[in-house]
Amino acid sequence: MIDKSYNAIMSRKNEIMKKSIGIDYSTFELGGIAFDYEKMMKEAGYTLQEIQEIQNRVSVGNTPLIELRNLTKLARKYAPRGYGARIFIKDEACNPSGSFKARRAATACYHAKKLGYKGVIAATSGNYGAAVASQAAINGLKCIIVQECYDSRKIGQPEILEKQRACEAYGAEVVQLTVGPELFYTFLLLLEETGFFNASLYTPFGIAGVETLGYELALQCKEKTGKFPETVLVTHAGGGNVTGTARGLIKAGAKDTKVVGASVDLSGLHMASDTDFNRKSFTTGHTGFGIPFATWPDRSDVPRNAARPLRYLNDYLLVKQGEVFYITEALANLEGLERGPAGNTSLTAAFALSQQMKEDEIIVVQETEYTGAGKHPLAQLSFAKSNGIDIIFGNPDDELPGKNIILPNDPSYIKLRNYDLKKAKLSYLKNCVSSYNLTEITKAEIEFLAAEVKEDVDFVKSFVIERNIKMVD
Amino acid sequence: MKKANIGDWVQIHQVVLQPEQRAQNLPDDTKKVPLELWVKGFVIKDAAIGEEITIKTMSGRFVSGKLVEINPRYIHDFGDCVPELNKIDAQLREIMEGEL
Repeated sequence: MIDKSYNAIMSRKNEIMKKSIGIDYSTFELGGIAFDYEKMMKEAGYTLQEIQEIQNRVSVGNTPLIELRNLTKLARKYAPRGYGARIFIKDEACNPSGSFKARRAATACYHAKKLGYKGVIAATSGNYGAAVASQAAINGLKCIIVQECYDSRKIGQPEILEKQRACEAYGAEVVQLTVGPELFYTFLLLLEETGFFNASLYTPFGIAGVETLGYELALQCKEKTGKFPETVLVTHAGGGNVTGTARGLIKAGAKDTKVVGASVDLSGLHMASDTDFNRKSFTTGHTGFGIPFATWPDRSDVPRNAARPLRYLNDYLLVKQGEVFYITEALANLEGLERGPAGNTSLTAAFALSQQMKEDEIIVVQETEYTGAGKHPLAQLSFAKSNGIDIIFGNPDDELPGKNIILPNDPSYIKLRNYDLKKAKLSYLKNCVSSYNLTEITKAEIEFLAAEVKEDVDFVKSFVIERNIKMVD
Repeated sequence: MKKANIGDWVQIHQVVLQPEQRAQNLPDDTKKVPLELWVKGFVIKDAAIGEEITIKTMSGRFVSGKLVEINPRYIHDFGDCVPELNKIDAQLREIMEGEL
């Protein structure tokens, strides 16, 4: 009889992971902190052309790039003369399951089928669940989606309940849990019990699946406007969207395009709190994922996370819940596109950023997502009200996550808030020191860390010196 | 008492971890409550609500737990009218009047 207790399962974690993902991550380790990221992406992933073929076969990708002329006009009303960059959006809601996550799921399910797995499992409460269920359906694979869905009163987040419905519509089994990080235990139990493939969001092929998004948008933008965009805005949560898009841009030759992340500011809410769980109106694209995953990517469900956003981010912007709802209304009313709302996080940041960029410059917002019952401003604001959250008009800077949602008085109240990336980079380095109990560091490790945080080696060296960590050969 | 017949589509409930079995480092409110699980499938024999039963899920697993619902309906919807959103829509149209 196999011991299925919490401690027994957690102690078999590495063994279960290895069996369920088919990658021997030890071959990429370089000793100590460092591992060969590019080797992992090359050997365990697929080439861009292979991914394009995989995705084409299942009608994923090649979504339209739409110029938001009316939203740009609105932004220019609040910008200094000559300012107000053109805003374009990549309509990823046109993918089979209604979001860019289909790109990741397409490669994960293709890979699972190629390796002979009978089914796939993913731990996700978001669009990725529907994406995996949809791609499992087309590939004839069984599918289990594990969701963190309810609080202890069995009150479910409307957005997550909708994802349950979507997954079940695609024939998946949906395992729903109350709040807590022990979801990982249930996830491991299921992997061991079924022998299914771990369709993690963070494998090399999952991330490579997003590269086509960055690649397509760069070429589409060039075709429509004669140039690559100055800036691409990416909603940032687990880091895969940023990483894959940025890598795709580089592969398209758009090397000067800035990659800017955006998250909804949910500071003050605890992500593992039973009571805070239903006091937020965004279940993804928020700082509760964005900052922990940027500052410690290897916290994910694979030994080495292929999503490493600090390698690629040029800037990181924060928006408020109330602002995203406002822009979601603007997208519907001025552009005739009912999308989101969570996917409109980066669009909200784009609206504010546009006002600081010149008129002839271009911002591409790289995703939309589908909308429907549960995941809609009406459903989410009604739910917030029923949980005692005040919905008021005012200055979104005064918003207190979990207490109120402040809708901007008018569009001039939608502002840019820079999150200091240096802070995130230092926090990542500190996490390395504490996780590896670092007392000495090699030249190779310093170079690895510099690449990890997109800084030169002197940045890492001065950090190391400050902490009296010995540099060795 | 509502009864499920063999082959009916139902939802079952399990307690995965009792509060004292839960992970360390949880916020206090979460530590106080059990980790609970719900899953749906086809019931393999007749049973009443509240009974311990076994279902066959869509992935082919046999799972046991307490029967909580028969033919569970989706309860999420588009919510109530949120008049604040109507105000935003009117404001946007007014700002852009004649320019669209």
